[in-house]
Amino acid sequence: MLKKSNIIVVTLGIALFIFLPNCKKGAATATLASDAASRVYVAPGEKDEVYAFLSGGFSGQMSVYGIPSARLFKIIPVFSVFPENGYGFDEETKDMLKTTHGYVPWDDSHHVEASMTDGKQDGRWMFLNANNTPRLARIDLKSFETKEILEIPNTAGNHASPFATENTEYLMAATRFSVPVPQSNVSIDSFSKGGFKGTVTMVKVDKNSGRLSIELQVLVPGFNYDLSHCGKKKSHDWCFFSSYNSEQAHKMLEVGASKKDKDFILAFNWVRAKECKDQGKAYNFGGEYVNNFKDENKPAVSTKLSGVKMLNPKDCPGMMYYMPTPKSPHGTDVDSTGEYIVGGGKLASVIPVHSFSKMMEVKDKKEHHSTEIEGIPVLKYESTLAGEVQKPCLGPLHTEFDGQGYAYTSCFVSSEVVKWKLGTWEVVQHLPAYYSVGHLSIVGGSSTEPYGKYLIAMNKITKDRYLPVGMELPQSAQLYDISSGKAELLSDFPTVGEPHYSQMIPAKLIMDKTAKLFPLEENKHPYATKSENDAKIVKLGNTTHIYMTAIRSHFKPDIIEARTGETLYFHVTNLEQDYDIPHGFAIGGAPNMTNLLIMPGETRTFKWVAPKPGIYPFYCTDFCSALHQEMQQYIRVSP
Amino acid sequence: MGLLSFLTIFACGGEKTEETPASNAGSKGIGPVSSVTIGALDQSMADRGKKQFEAKCSACHKFEEKVVGPALQDVTLRRTPEWIMNMILNPMEMTQKDPIGQELLAEHLVQMTFQNVKEEEAREILEYFRKMDLK
Repeated sequence: MLKKSNIIVVTLGIALFIFLPNCKKGAATATLASDAASRVYVAPGEKDEVYAFLSGGFSGQMSVYGIPSARLFKIIPVFSVFPENGYGFDEETKDMLKTTHGYVPWDDSHHVEASMTDGKQDGRWMFLNANNTPRLARIDLKSFETKEILEIPNTAGNHASPFATENTEYLMAATRFSVPVPQSNVSIDSFSKGGFKGTVTMVKVDKNSGRLSIELQVLVPGFNYDLSHCGKKKSHDWCFFSSYNSEQAHKMLEVGASKKDKDFILAFNWVRAKECKDQGKAYNFGGEYVNNFKDENKPAVSTKLSGVKMLNPKDCPGMMYYMPTPKSPHGTDVDSTGEYIVGGGKLASVIPVHSFSKMMEVKDKKEHHSTEIEGIPVLKYESTLAGEVQKPCLGPLHTEFDGQGYAYTSCFVSSEVVKWKLGTWEVVQHLPAYYSVGHLSIVGGSSTEPYGKYLIAMNKITKDRYLPVGMELPQSAQLYDISSGKAELLSDFPTVGEPHYSQMIPAKLIMDKTAKLFPLEENKHPYATKSENDAKIVKLGNTTHIYMTAIRSHFKPDIIEARTGETLYFHVTNLEQDYDIPHGFAIGGAPNMTNLLIMPGETRTFKWVAPKPGIYPFYCTDFCSALHQEMQQYIRVSP
Repeated sequence: MGLLSFLTIFACGGEKTEETPASNAGSKGIGPVSSVTIGALDQSMADRGKKQFEAKCSACHKFEEKVVGPALQDVTLRRTPEWIMNMILNPMEMTQKDPIGQELLAEHLVQMTFQNVKEEEAREILEYFRKMDLK
């Protein structure tokens, strides 16, 4: 008993010792810019300098903010239904949420990735992962809409995803939860006996259309694969995945998965993997999955697919190596030159930095191998190490780069961002974060040419920062100006959901390319009504198709008659050809449909089964003109 | 000038544009179109204009009666060809700055929409209006 209390006291003592000096140092060197308010103020009529795309965490969506003002511009629905505009409900978008598990109206979205050309952001697409029911999405930055969702088979917990290669040749997706591959009903104990596996999936991105397809899967040891970043320039051919639980514990992971001093960063040569596939070394493997694609102004098409090419590491020497990394690593980030691979260990007391050149030098020399795991050589820690940032903070997680030779690492436990110098590994600044910071993002910070200037920290806890709103408080992001020698805090702002990662892009790369309307003459929707003269009602047995038009400030046809039990499809085309004039469509009491927002020139379909007899009003929900309130009509339902 | 006033009054019937100052009646409006050459009626151009009109304008305009926007019968007698095209191509600025445009907005209270019509298509719509006014 006495012994136990002693241990507690000693542990506390160490914790205080470590924590206090850091805390003090952080406070002493942090600066809030004295003119912070004017630096984030964007005057009426002026525009923000940067778009910030934040993942929505448990909201399953992606949100778009302007930086530096931190104003929320838009929530883009991706993996979760969105009653505001009908995403996931209407006949056009409901198939976007189809999976092999059926219709899944929610997910947990963690990482935003920007498309790149030659390592530079190109402003074409954003990609987002679904962690819970493994999927990847492509969001078009012309329309800011989700265009495609691809399910990933043979995996569980799609966390290390969707990280892009330098030229967006591929997106990587890796298992967070190893499971039996293929799925089977086995004892959970068999995880510890190697019965569970992970997979690394290469998703090909068509360079013109952006269409997604699975190129290959690699069957890897059953660890938890956490995050990834791909190489650049000299490390172009490689992607790096952090892993934890190399202990393969299957219960009480907070103890069981923290036993070893080091876990691994998995270095994966995707060019070599493709080569092995082309040489026929991959084999046909099962796995059902779904691809959902929504072409412009057409209903989404959901396609069921089956089978992938699977590759075992032992059949493709030179493809994969493990680099030991302390301890329970979370982040793995590659600097703008492609040379340094920075690990972030949840329980590590240093920030380890691997050297790509060193890895290349030693990777195939036996004396630098400590062992091999399922055909994957394990390199010695010191052999690939470029340096360690000593005692940077508590709980270093994620690192971003400013392109000026500095790295910024978030520290979850001590709630701060540390700025340190690549090459000398010296910490030059501690910036407090409020509180419990996860990911960081610098404008262009994961590309080969960061635009620098702004950094945001995405924080998990905000108690005492904002007006209380009950038990659950918003997550928050904090904005720092990093353009001068010393980073300065400018502001903090609440966020939607719990943003995990973000990509920030200079506004000039996107703003002039955004779509303003769908040209009516190009509307290829099978139920489009391109002129009010073509508005009509077509009855086919117990189903009625209403070809309806909407324009300021009326619908046509405007009187609808139906019988109880009849299925009505309101195919509403917005005839406006004017920017920023969507029309809404909602029917009173509709039980399974939400509001629709129909963009200028777009056609969307509201399915409604006529309920008990009565008069049901429908109306436009998006204020459109002085006579908006008059944009309403009736459906009569008779027995 | 006398003839022009006469035409305006005649064309507009009881409409308020009667009160439009005579100086505006020959206005070309504000927009990309500064001069239009009008010849004999071009049937095929008018047919193309009809198609455009039906797709993009007819939801708000009829010829015989006011709906969302004003009735269009005899519009080519009330307004210059340039004014009509500028109203189609540049309705926002026209309703903000052009005296006739301002009055029309005050009367109908719905901002006319730019329907993504190209200049060539506006010319075709004008031809269709001319055809309708020859009836």
